[in-house]
Amino acid sequence: MSGPDPLVEMRHISKNFGGLQALTNASLELYPGEVLGVLGHNGAGKSTLIKILAGAETATEGAIFVNGHEAHISDPNDARAFGIETIYQELALCGNLNAPSNLYMGREISKWGFLDKKTMKAETERALSKLNIRIKSLDTEVETMSGGQRQAISISRAVHFDTKILIMDEPTAALGMEESKMVMDLTVELKKQGIGIIWISHDIHEVYNFTDRITILHGGQNVITAPTRNFTQDEIVSMIISGRPVEHAQDKEEA
Amino acid sequence: MGIAKLKSNPVVWILLVAVLMAVILSFLSPFFMTVGNMTNLSKQVSIVAILAAGQAVVIISGGIDLSVGSVLAFSAVVIGTLIQMDVNPTLAMFAGLLAGTFAGWINGMVITRAKIPPFIATLGMLGIARGMALAITGGVSHPVLSPLFLYIGNAKLLGLPIPLYFVIVTFLVVGIMMHKTVFGRHVYAIGGNERVARLQGIPVDRQKVKIYALSGFLAALAAVVMTGRLAATPPSVAQAIELQAIAAVIIGGVSFVGGRGIVLTALIGALIMAMITNGLNILGISSFYQQVLIGVVIIVAVWLDNLKSSAR
Repeated sequence: MSGPDPLVEMRHISKNFGGLQALTNASLELYPGEVLGVLGHNGAGKSTLIKILAGAETATEGAIFVNGHEAHISDPNDARAFGIETIYQELALCGNLNAPSNLYMGREISKWGFLDKKTMKAETERALSKLNIRIKSLDTEVETMSGGQRQAISISRAVHFDTKILIMDEPTAALGMEESKMVMDLTVELKKQGIGIIWISHDIHEVYNFTDRITILHGGQNVITAPTRNFTQDEIVSMIISGRPVEHAQDKEEA
Repeated sequence: MGIAKLKSNPVVWILLVAVLMAVILSFLSPFFMTVGNMTNLSKQVSIVAILAAGQAVVIISGGIDLSVGSVLAFSAVVIGTLIQMDVNPTLAMFAGLLAGTFAGWINGMVITRAKIPPFIATLGMLGIARGMALAITGGVSHPVLSPLFLYIGNAKLLGLPIPLYFVIVTFLVVGIMMHKTVFGRHVYAIGGNERVARLQGIPVDRQKVKIYALSGFLAALAAVVMTGRLAATPPSVAQAIELQAIAAVIIGGVSFVGGRGIVLTALIGALIMAMITNGLNILGISSFYQQVLIGVVIIVAVWLDNLKSSAR
């Protein structure tokens, strides 16, 4: 692919859990301002690949490059230092805390160990309004909010800290239709800001309408990586199931 | 603070219950609201209250510390033994505080490094610390007659007994820690959802070690007060007092699930328990029934809390 340099490259990633080979020589590239769909059925290796990027797992073999430089990621804080944030399908918030506490969890603004609640509240207000998220009161516990509002807080938390790469692991799985749309609108907004987004979903319709490129995994290996619109939905489904690239007239990057 | 906010504040409710009890007891007996009895009550409540402050932090973090009574005894024995060996009493006091903090630190390390659940880890420490206290002394209680400890146990400052100052300072400091510092915020986050806290980069293990070390330190602080009051350090002191501390926290309305509650309510919970004991004593009711009543109060307190949260 020509154009800008990739934000992230994962090269020749292999991972085995004991005797189980979860990934074999898998790769992934993500460019600024694009949504890359990572597809594959359960056990295809997509969540392992993503966890390696997010720092929740480490690869047995292979290397990760961020902005062309090799990045050693061994825990979530490492990933965060490279501007990689993850949104999980289950809502990853502490229900007993309010929005500012959740937004700044683990990176509280403080002086001599004392919280600067005022600044955190003001910053949260700004972060939420930047993404057009409306929440009645920043003092209420997030568990009293709707699933969509909570996912919106997760997203604004993920992009608040100078994020370049956003991994969204089935971000709409726990949401209703309207709330899913809200999350997708938010994602489009982030895309415009030049953030590279990795979108994992089982909903093929959603993936087809929403992603710029897709990479399909099967048995821990890449099947194909190509612009989404090179294929029909049926072709994509068949590649996910069979693990073989569809013979096609249009150009493909790798087989 | 508006009326609505005041109504939703858990401290207000539990305080109302405590005040109501005090009013009822002072109507039932002319001896309740006397200076002598209040001094007595505040001394009675001080040790459980200090322990309850630490226990509240532990329970808010989603854990439990069953070892505080034994750690108290162990710390007291360290103080008593050192004073017996002619060590400077102030130095002995600091050694005792260190010993309790160390026991709590061990609790934290066992819980986080060996991944032993807090209930089991601190149950183990309950035996270990008590056994060490007995082993060090051979079961013998050392007298502590140094002016420092006699002052702590018996003196008054501005009309208030010294143990009360220990309680006030403890709750002030722990309250500020829990509500104003990063550490406190992390305690609430860990108690709310430990997995999320970890994913968001909170050093969960490190904070847990601090939490249990704090509980150990406060057990040792209670030991200092206890040593002053008894003028001795019996190794069998404070048996089963951890249950009173836990009860005080629960009566105060701190959720046993973690992540919810205010440390200050544990103080009021301890006061309510002490008032039950003290009040029934004054009224001449058998101490056997006091235990029954405290048991009922614990269950009713949690039941009321359930009603409140299901109404939310």
